[in-house]
Amino acid sequence: MTIAPVVVSVRVGAPPDRAFALFSRDMGRWWPHGMTIGAKPHAEIVVEPRSGGRWFERDEEGTETSWGKVLAWEPPGRLLLGWQLNSSFAYDPDFLTEVELTFVPDGAGGSTVTLEHRNLERFGADAEKVAASISQGWPRIIGRFEEFAGVPSAA
Amino acid sequence: MANLSARRTATEGFEALGDPTRRAIFEKLAASPAAVGELAQGLPVSRPAVSQHLRVLEEAGLVSKTAEGTRRIYRIDPRGIGAMRAWLDDHWRAAMTAFARFAESELAKTELEREIEREKGEEK
Repeated sequence: MTIAPVVVSVRVGAPPDRAFALFSRDMGRWWPHGMTIGAKPHAEIVVEPRSGGRWFERDEEGTETSWGKVLAWEPPGRLLLGWQLNSSFAYDPDFLTEVELTFVPDGAGGSTVTLEHRNLERFGADAEKVAASISQGWPRIIGRFEEFAGVPSAA
Repeated sequence: MANLSARRTATEGFEALGDPTRRAIFEKLAASPAAVGELAQGLPVSRPAVSQHLRVLEEAGLVSKTAEGTRRIYRIDPRGIGAMRAWLDDHWRAAMTAFARFAESELAKTELEREIEREKGEEK
């Protein structure tokens, strides 16, 4: 069972290599404030520049809050991140959904940056894990979730 | 502003399930629909407390109720779970828009401005 991934594309004037750098190296500078999970506002969001690197936020005092990890570091075209925040927004090293970024030249000197957040059905499985003692009921609920989530949002 | 309310609902959903008693109630309802009295059995909390928790779950869109005679039967509302995906959709749209705006502003900067900023960053 799969749930439709979240896909968002934007066009930027920067070529792929620069867009890749701005996205990853400078994440803390563009990430919307308040859309973080640390106790204090983020000062930095770090994507360690290598496969296997960590992905985390850091506040002014240096406290780090993990988000996930770098699954594939392939500048300038592709960045694959592991989002390890579960359905309660808590970091869980046993939980992982993929966030893939692609940086494609747009033929006019800029690039198209596309984000795909997939494996969303695992949030259901995570919820299922939360409901560890329950064996019946969930498949039905998850089926209905899929039905609901499979409908493209009215944007 | 459908998006805003979808985000609020999803956030409430996440928060509502952060409480262990509410999670236990949600799990029981995931197994089968139930009335307040049935839910209170086997939970170390009073009936009024269960009602209170149900109200929070209901407001978060995770649980809905129907009347069967004099009893109110509670069940899982899948729209609340779907709201989590709606939230992510909204979240990434906002993040990518912010990224594009940032990339454009960086592109507009001269090399000198960038250098000054880099130095400032290193001092920190």
